[in-house]
Amino acid sequence: MDELLTVSGLEKHFPVRRGLLQRRTGAVKAVDGLDFTVNSGETLALVGESGCGKTTTGRLLTRLLAPSAGRIEFEGRDITHLSTAALRPLRRDIQMIFQDPYSSLNPRHTVGTIVGAPYRLQKVQTPQGTKRAVQDLLELVGLNPEHYNRYPHEFSGGQRQRIGIARTLALKPKLIVADEPVSALDVSIQAQVVNLLEDLQNELGLTYVMIAHDLSVVRHMSDRVAVMYLGKIVELAERTALYERPMHPYTVALLSAVPIPDPRRREGRERIRLTGDVPSPLNPPPACRFHTRCWKAQDKCRTVEPPLLELAPGHQTACHYPENPPT
Amino acid sequence: MTAPMDVPSSAPEAQPGAVLTGAGGSIQGRSLRQIAWLRLKRDRVAMAGGVVVAVLVLAALAAGVLDKLFGLIPTTAFNQDLIDPDLQIPKGAFGGISLAHPLGIEPTSGRDLLARIFAGSWISLLIAFLATMLSVVIGTLMGVVAGYFGGWVDTLISRLMDVFLAFPLLVFALALAGVVPDNAFGLSGDVLRIALLIFIIGFFNWPYIGRIIRGQTLSLREREFVDAAKSLGARQPYILFRELLPNLAAPILVYSTLLIPTNILFEAALSFLGVGVRPPTPTWGGMLSDAAHYYQIDPEFMLVPGLAIFVTVLAFNLFGDGLRDALDPRAR
Ligand SMILES: Nc1ncnc2c1ncn2[C@@H]1O[C@H](COP(=O)(O)OP(=O)(O)OP(=O)(O)O)[C@@H](O)[C@H]1O
Ligand code: SF4
Ligand SMILES: [Mg+2]
Repeated sequence: MDELLTVSGLEKHFPVRRGLLQRRTGAVKAVDGLDFTVNSGETLALVGESGCGKTTTGRLLTRLLAPSAGRIEFEGRDITHLSTAALRPLRRDIQMIFQDPYSSLNPRHTVGTIVGAPYRLQKVQTPQGTKRAVQDLLELVGLNPEHYNRYPHEFSGGQRQRIGIARTLALKPKLIVADEPVSALDVSIQAQVVNLLEDLQNELGLTYVMIAHDLSVVRHMSDRVAVMYLGKIVELAERTALYERPMHPYTVALLSAVPIPDPRRREGRERIRLTGDVPSPLNPPPACRFHTRCWKAQDKCRTVEPPLLELAPGHQTACHYPENPPT
Repeated sequence: MTAPMDVPSSAPEAQPGAVLTGAGGSIQGRSLRQIAWLRLKRDRVAMAGGVVVAVLVLAALAAGVLDKLFGLIPTTAFNQDLIDPDLQIPKGAFGGISLAHPLGIEPTSGRDLLARIFAGSWISLLIAFLATMLSVVIGTLMGVVAGYFGGWVDTLISRLMDVFLAFPLLVFALALAGVVPDNAFGLSGDVLRIALLIFIIGFFNWPYIGRIIRGQTLSLREREFVDAAKSLGARQPYILFRELLPNLAAPILVYSTLLIPTNILFEAALSFLGVGVRPPTPTWGGMLSDAAHYYQIDPEFMLVPGLAIFVTVLAFNLFGDGLRDALDPRAR
């Protein structure tokens, strides 16, 4: 499989400024050293609790933000420090689906204007004309093409997210970063939108980086899963391996919160409740960042940072005392 | 999935913000504007204010245009036969009210008050409107730029606003209006005075709207549709004028309707102090100033321009408040 995107040592630190002189007093380490690749045609899920830096990662990959350190390669080309002007043509290939369908659509623009914006901004001529192209896109995402002239406030959350997806697809991007595309939606509608994304992937051969805050949403559509904690990846594995033989205690805890439909399997499992809050990324715990909440923590965890190691083929974990260690 | 919300599409469109929204071309659907219009229609007080405003504007336009074209308004008819030669006040009760002069006549000169109020409305509203537009254009540009770019640009513009707000405007206006000669910048007479007043009132009032627009822009720029535009490769002018500005139409509109009465009052104050448009051209403030000499013997003279100012300002304020409620996104 081709590597579409390669990320190494990616960091984003937001400076914290205080006082009249705006002196720099510290930094929010929102993303603190990520290494991963995304292969063409696959779905890589990025999972973690609120505030662990998922959105920041997504915005770095789409270069809405400039990284503080590290390197991003897209199709073998270094795009880490490309200027706004140099990025413009690349924007066609990398697109983002936003978290909040209520804020991602301009309330003063019609659906036609919103979904047609990519063509106008990138000066793309479509053979059938922009209006027809927009209506085709609306149809593709399951909306009525007649609604071309309506405003976002006339649509439900799920429909709005479909409008956002249509806009994303307009330029036929190679990579789509979907930032919690369904977390703002009713549970009953979530599945529909996830199915739509899956269908679109099969139809158009899309590659997704799918961001989610729990492991249940991405269970069925991801190929590989990266679990993030406080700006770092703690575990990265093929989907089946991660769901069935999780190694990092944090992944185990997240999984224990996922409802299991099969009652026989549910019995054997104990529900692990994570105690305490997620520490602040302004001042993360030293060494293993999870040690303040980990039930297996030892002295070593507080002094030596566990590296992200490949403990089984394709299965990376950053823990001194992993669960389900390979035999 | 739920069907789109149903609002009758035949709702009449006021489109007051059409100039400002500009973007989008052939907009048809049911816009927020129409929803606001429906809500405004239900607000009796605001609608009453709006009707008064509309009548005033039409009257002022009529006074301006008709008088210029046909000289219809007899502002220069000196009805000396109606003036008591000893006291110099109008004969008859209530300042000489009669069928021919429904608001009475001026003491001493004998000019018809209704005619002068009419002619004065033209000047008052013209100055207030144009000064408001000037403030709104400068304030909006500065506010959007400060709010969107932040950083040192924001610091610079915000400090500039502080400077302007700390400016002793009335004193400055008195001084400036006093020193400008009768012929300047290729203008003269009333035109020069009007231009001067528009500049003084408009140019120094922009920080108020500037601050409001800056605040709104600060919160708007965090919305994901701005990121969406960026991720499509939009340039900054597009984001400022196509994405942000249409969302600022409501506060701009509301603030404009609320700034107009303030400016009417300010113009009246300047005319009252004698630095406005010069006599014999009638202005409400100027009439009030004349009336001050007669308030004991002919109080009706003072009441007429006073009421004209009061009713106009009140009507604009009521309409502006109603508009604000109708456009308030929190009430949606
Ligand atoms: N522009 C910014 N300036 C300063 N701090 C920021 C900025 N953006 C994000 N952060 C901080 O970085 C951390 C990570 O934020 P991020 O939005 O990436 O988290 P997230 O995983 O997407 O969370 P959520 O599930 O709530 O969306 C948070 O602590 C946040 O406060
Ligand atoms: S390194 Fe230690 S503290 Fe960190 S997850 Fe593993 S066992 Fe827990
Ligand atoms: Mg997020």
